[in-house]
Formats: sequence, C-alpha cells, structure tokens
Amino acid sequence: MKFAILVNEGPYQHQASDSAYQFSVAALEAGHEISRVFFYHDGVNNGSRLTTPPQDDRHIQKRWSALAADKGVDLVLCVAACQRRGLVDEGEMKRNGKDASNIAEGFRISGLGQLIEAGIESDRLITFGD
Amino acid sequence: MSTLNVLNKSPFEKKTMEQCLARLADGDSVLMIEDAVVAALADTAIASQLESVGAAHALYVLEPDLAARGLSSSSRLAAVKVVDYSGFVELATTHERVHSWL
Repeated sequence: MKFAILVNEGPYQHQASDSAYQFSVAALEAGHEISRVFFYHDGVNNGSRLTTPPQDDRHIQKRWSALAADKGVDLVLCVAACQRRGLVDEGEMKRNGKDASNIAEGFRISGLGQLIEAGIESDRLITFGD
Repeated sequence: MSTLNVLNKSPFEKKTMEQCLARLADGDSVLMIEDAVVAALADTAIASQLESVGAAHALYVLEPDLAARGLSSSSRLAAVKVVDYSGFVELATTHERVHSWL
C-alpha cells in the first residue's frame, strides 16, 4: 500500500515528528511504500541541517535524511511555511537575497500542491501534529 | 466506509476524544497514541464511557507510548487492545481512511 505522511509539528516539541518517523519505518518494514512526507507549519523545522541536539538524544533531522537516502522517501517542506520560519535552500537564498541556506540533505522545498498530489496518489494520508 | 480515528491528546487536557467518541460510525475504530494513552488505563474518569464505546467499536492503544510514560499495558481497560507501530500500520491498511483528531 502507498502511504503519504503529513507532519504539522516541529521537532522536539511534543511527539509528532517521532510518531511520524516511527510509523514510516514500520510501514517500510512491512513492505509498504512511503510516497512522500510533507512538512507543514512548524513541521518545516524538521528540515534544518543546523540542528545540534545533545549527543545522547535522537537526531530527528538526520533520521529523516537517512530515510531519504536509504529508502528514497521524498521529503518536502512547504515553501510558505519555510519563508516565515527561515528555512532556505540555494534557490530561495538567491531569490530572496539571503546570505545563507540551511536545508538538510534529502529535503526539498516546494508548494502545497505536493501535499494535494500526495493525498490523491497515495492510498492513505496519515497526519501527525499537535 | 470504516475510519481509524487516531487520538493523541489526553481527554483530561483536550476535548478531542469526547468529540471523536460521539461521532463514531459503524465499523470505526479508535487508536490512542502519544498523550492519549492515559485514557486506556482502568479506573479513570473516562473509563466507563470507553468501556461502553468498546462494546460497539474496536479500541486500541499504542504500547510504545504507554511504555514511554512508565505506564503498563497490564493496567489498561479490558476493552482496549494493545498494538505496536506495525499494528498501527496494519490498522491504517484495514480501515478505509485514517482521521487524526488534532
């Protein structure tokens, strides 16, 4: 079965990022497909490569990036939510005249159409949030 | 047209569980995750309501989230079944849609 995941909450806030990740891993292990994880609202903070949690804590961003690298999961950050919160890729950096970018490996910035498409093309859309 | 209703907040903090339980249709199930797992315990103020809902609907609790809070699945309501993440995935496939009550 094809799943799409929506994450509406930032990392280390409550539990949504962790629940979404654990669900995704379990779905992949069961032989299902995760067609896309869409990060919306504060959820886009999952995609900052500048996060440095304590060494004995889980690294939420790197965990997602590994899922993209190992399983080919498409990690998409909402562009409008990113602009509000200072999540920037190379293209956004140039377009908005910023002096840095901070998006993590495996993530890409795109629009809400990607969420709609994921909802249409997947069998189930599972939302995790606050 | 069955729905898996996913609850993630304690009923003693938010109204989502109360609103969800009042709107269940035939074949719908309820899965308690994150802070909602406290509702799965016996002897709480919501226990009798959940027991009666459990007579008509399947109720589940996510065991890892109970364990993360130092709670034991052995102290849960008889009407509530225990699942892990793979069980959560399976429930998502056996219901036609998943509704997260946020």
